[in-house]
Amino acid sequence: MATMVTSTRPVIQKGAGGSPGMPGPNGNGSKRRDPFRGPDSKGNRYRIGMWVGLASIAMMFTSLSSAYIVRSGSAADWLPLRIPRVMFASTALILLSSVTLEVARRKLKRSFAEAYSRYLLLTGVLGLAFLGSQLVAWRQLAGQGIYLSTHPHSSFFYLLTGAHALHLAGGLLAIGFLYLRSRPKLDKPGLATTRQATADAVSIYWHFMDGLWIYLFLLLFLWR
Amino acid sequence: MGRVLAVIIWIITLLSVLLFVSGKWWFPEGISSHAPALDRQFLITILVVGISFTVAQIGLGWMVWKYRDTGAATDRAIYTHGSNRLEVLWTVITAVVFITLGVMGQSVWASLRLNEAPPGSYSVEVVAQQFQWNFHYAGADNKFGKTDPKLIDDGSLNFVGLDATDPNSADDSVTTALAIPVGRPVELRLRSKDVIHNFWVPQLRFKQDLVPGMEIKVHFTANKVGKYELACAELCGQLHFKMRSFMLVLPEQDIQVLQAMPQEQFQARMLELLNQYQLPTY
Amino acid sequence: MSVEHHEGVHRHPAPTGFIRKYIFSVDHKVIGIQYIILALAAVLVGMIMSLLMRLNLSWPGTSWPILETLFPTGAPGGVMTPEFYLSLVTMHGTIMVFFVLTTAPQGGFGNYFLPIQIGAEDMAFPTLNMLSFWVTLVGFIVILLAIVVEGNQGIGEWFGTNLGPSFAGGSGTAGPIGGWTGYAPLSALGKIAGPGQGAGMNLWVISIAIFCIGSLLGALNFITTLLNMRTKGMSLMRMPLTCWAWFTTAVLALLSFPVLLGGGILLLLDRIANTSFFIPSGLYVSGLLSGSNPNFPLHTGGSPILWQHLFWFFGHPEVYIAILPGMGATSHILATFARKPVFGYRAMVFAIFAIGLLGFFVWGHHMFISGMSPYSAIAFSVLTLSIGVPSAVKTFNWLGTLWGARIRFTTAMLFAIGFVSLFVAGGITGLILGQSSLDLPMHDTYIVPAHFHLVMGVASIFGMFAALYFWFPKMFGRFMSESIGRIHFWITFIGVYTIFVPMHIMGIVGMPRRYSSFTEYRFLDSLHPLVVLVTVAAIVTIAVQILFYFNVFWSMFKGKKAGDNPWEATTLEWNTTSPPPHDNFAGVLPTVYHGPYEFAVPGAPKDYVMQTDVSSEVPSGNGHNGNKH
Repeated sequence: MATMVTSTRPVIQKGAGGSPGMPGPNGNGSKRRDPFRGPDSKGNRYRIGMWVGLASIAMMFTSLSSAYIVRSGSAADWLPLRIPRVMFASTALILLSSVTLEVARRKLKRSFAEAYSRYLLLTGVLGLAFLGSQLVAWRQLAGQGIYLSTHPHSSFFYLLTGAHALHLAGGLLAIGFLYLRSRPKLDKPGLATTRQATADAVSIYWHFMDGLWIYLFLLLFLWR
Repeated sequence: MGRVLAVIIWIITLLSVLLFVSGKWWFPEGISSHAPALDRQFLITILVVGISFTVAQIGLGWMVWKYRDTGAATDRAIYTHGSNRLEVLWTVITAVVFITLGVMGQSVWASLRLNEAPPGSYSVEVVAQQFQWNFHYAGADNKFGKTDPKLIDDGSLNFVGLDATDPNSADDSVTTALAIPVGRPVELRLRSKDVIHNFWVPQLRFKQDLVPGMEIKVHFTANKVGKYELACAELCGQLHFKMRSFMLVLPEQDIQVLQAMPQEQFQARMLELLNQYQLPTY
Repeated sequence: MSVEHHEGVHRHPAPTGFIRKYIFSVDHKVIGIQYIILALAAVLVGMIMSLLMRLNLSWPGTSWPILETLFPTGAPGGVMTPEFYLSLVTMHGTIMVFFVLTTAPQGGFGNYFLPIQIGAEDMAFPTLNMLSFWVTLVGFIVILLAIVVEGNQGIGEWFGTNLGPSFAGGSGTAGPIGGWTGYAPLSALGKIAGPGQGAGMNLWVISIAIFCIGSLLGALNFITTLLNMRTKGMSLMRMPLTCWAWFTTAVLALLSFPVLLGGGILLLLDRIANTSFFIPSGLYVSGLLSGSNPNFPLHTGGSPILWQHLFWFFGHPEVYIAILPGMGATSHILATFARKPVFGYRAMVFAIFAIGLLGFFVWGHHMFISGMSPYSAIAFSVLTLSIGVPSAVKTFNWLGTLWGARIRFTTAMLFAIGFVSLFVAGGITGLILGQSSLDLPMHDTYIVPAHFHLVMGVASIFGMFAALYFWFPKMFGRFMSESIGRIHFWITFIGVYTIFVPMHIMGIVGMPRRYSSFTEYRFLDSLHPLVVLVTVAAIVTIAVQILFYFNVFWSMFKGKKAGDNPWEATTLEWNTTSPPPHDNFAGVLPTVYHGPYEFAVPGAPKDYVMQTDVSSEVPSGNGHNGNKH
């Protein structure tokens, strides 16, 4: 059964055909550009993968945003929501964390491994603090008697900030992973080529979460 | 193999076309003022559909018949990667046909949905629920009594939540069947109590969802007196298949007489009329 | 002259041990097979459900003993209740669309063959690939759970007691009721809206949400792999059309599934958290006014149409996700057994793009009479008819591929030709349903399932059959039996036409969808003979699939052995062994010199030139410029 799915026989290279003295692989005197040069780098793979993944996350928040906009106009029960003050602190925290992460990434690029590690830790702490501030915001609202089902605006508030926090928590795990890998004792040899790419990819994700936060903040409090 | 395949494809095509043109099964007779235009558009469309279907299947069959590999070893297929000219040609032709059909297909829709019911229409409020139709008639004063969901009580037969304190509701009637005048535009104000339903009478060539939380106004004109089955056409629960009622299209005088009746008389008269008129023969 | 090649990077050594090799494998080939097996299991469940539905419609009131044993509440005395029937409708649609049509074509064959056809060792993210399969499988288990929780009294009650009242099941049905489209507020209200609206519906939403995530992970992988890992010489315009199809499908999935996920979360919140996204004010359900009773909490201001918009924004691209891989496979297989290049390769690529792109702008044609703006209905309608143009272009090009060919009628080829026939039959009625005016009589009648079954449920499946018969020798090193395959083809081909062409007529007469019985209406009486004909055809067609299952599993072990390139095909998968080694090309990635369909090249020694063949006979450039040769 083993050979049913993967073979262990050697592969004979095919395609040693064509007449002798034949010209290059492009055929006769082609003016077309060079043949495709081959697979792209592994680093680019992570970056492309991240952008592609972010497209899907963006679509989800787009669909929730359109639900938000439609719902805000579909009935008379839409009530404004007072911004919990701690949300401003949240914004500051996440913006700062983007800065520290970007610093970390650039330190890595210039091979300052120690600084990279430190700034990662700082980013992680700021990220945790952000999540903490979200909890505080929810607590504050609950304290005023505003819950998920109280009215549509509050429903979207909890939903959107919750979804964002969930995705951010995932990003935090990634930062933690990067941090652990950045500690010399835990580093694995042979990872050097991908370390920058992984850091780049996580940075893209994190900055996206930052931008998403700003967008959600504006949506929740400037749109009706 | 190629010849057998071609023949089978052609037989299937022939049988399919025969099924359609046999006339044994088709739309019931259309009774609305827009039915002739709609049926015409359907016919044109089905002709395009039928011709495209037939030509494509004949072509496919012909290809597999003619170009089957007859085993001559040195005989190769024609080496071609295509033809830009052909691509442009059949893209343009298809686009012209399809888009023309598409534009033509908007006219009946536009005539029914882009404007409100003309003045002088006969209005009926339709309130659907799991699993019954409720029709609210304005009575002789032509004014609908106020309704309020809070007043709905199926137990005491106030299905639409009619507000008894509103003077306009005194002459209103609510029944489970629809009665409309012949030859006069009818406006239906569609609402639902619980889930989405859909108002449908096949002879009318007309459907509309009834969406809870919305009042949707539609209009049509029925041109033939008679009794017609009314079905729900949007899944609304386990008895969706049984949410049946009738639409009575009556001469104008009968409607006037009916309209002037109070609730109980109205309902009794409706029952009489439902017994009196027969469904079309199918 | 030596062949150019280049070393592949050993990404990971071949796994050892049964679990790492066949269960938790990161090898895209194993994962592809896992998806196919999942689809084979799911389609069996779906077919049994449709069989039960047909039996109920043709011979209502009949007692089916097995139902009494399994679903005593839903089918007391073995006779199906209306709610039981409707739960079958719902689950049949959901299982077929998600767990068959969105798994096998893309996750199954795409996973297996995309990396090989572009000359890569594996997908871009193998571990993520494994994760996406297992997430999808969990989704399948959850949807099966929905059947059990609603169908079984004891389990249903357990759920209600332990997970909360909105999770109470045990209504006796085979899962939730709502159609695969789950329109709100019926799907949002919970148990007060009727049987099947409790736990079954919650689990339905959760299963779909899980499926969304699995699909998104897969889409990410496909796109990155195709952009990043094509081997030397494999420019985009030298890719087989199967790769173009998988790529476009992945983009569609990437952008449409998140919208379903968003909608699903909102629906779930309406159901378990008392929000009002889709539930409007002033409802009176089952004798209770909204907010008047703990069994029916207060809801205000939601929009049922919002659900439809969110669902169909996903739902329409979804149907193209279901068919595009089949189109790619058909193009590929037609060329191979016609011994001719694909006619109009460039046009085919553009058509795939056009279908994918336009597919995002036509969702409103499912909602003409929903109560949305009649002006947008007009816009959606005209756009919908225009999406027929690229589909027609593809059909012409398939016919062009067959013109002047030397056709070899293998079973795979039969199914590919069948695809063309069925796609035309099914697609052409889109011209009727896409017009807003004609939707007035036709909405929610049987012409709708006639249309979508022919395209999705049949053409798409024929694409999968073709793909399986074609690639089976590569995957397992053995052929499927061609003689059994032929019987499978003929009976299925004739059978599906017999099932679905009469349904168009039923729709014209006016048979509504999702009716558990047609005995209530006089205008439907004349249709009974057709109903029975359809059922008989369905029984025969489903029965012959037993032969197919036998063929698949028997041939894996006992089929005639196959070499590396038994079909004399040209693309990269036929360059390697059958089955391929763990890293696909034994450490040496191929180099590509021309396009994927160089058959019948004048002057070439054989009637096919593989993509890795260095050959001067193939005309200059990529080997296809779209001009006449």
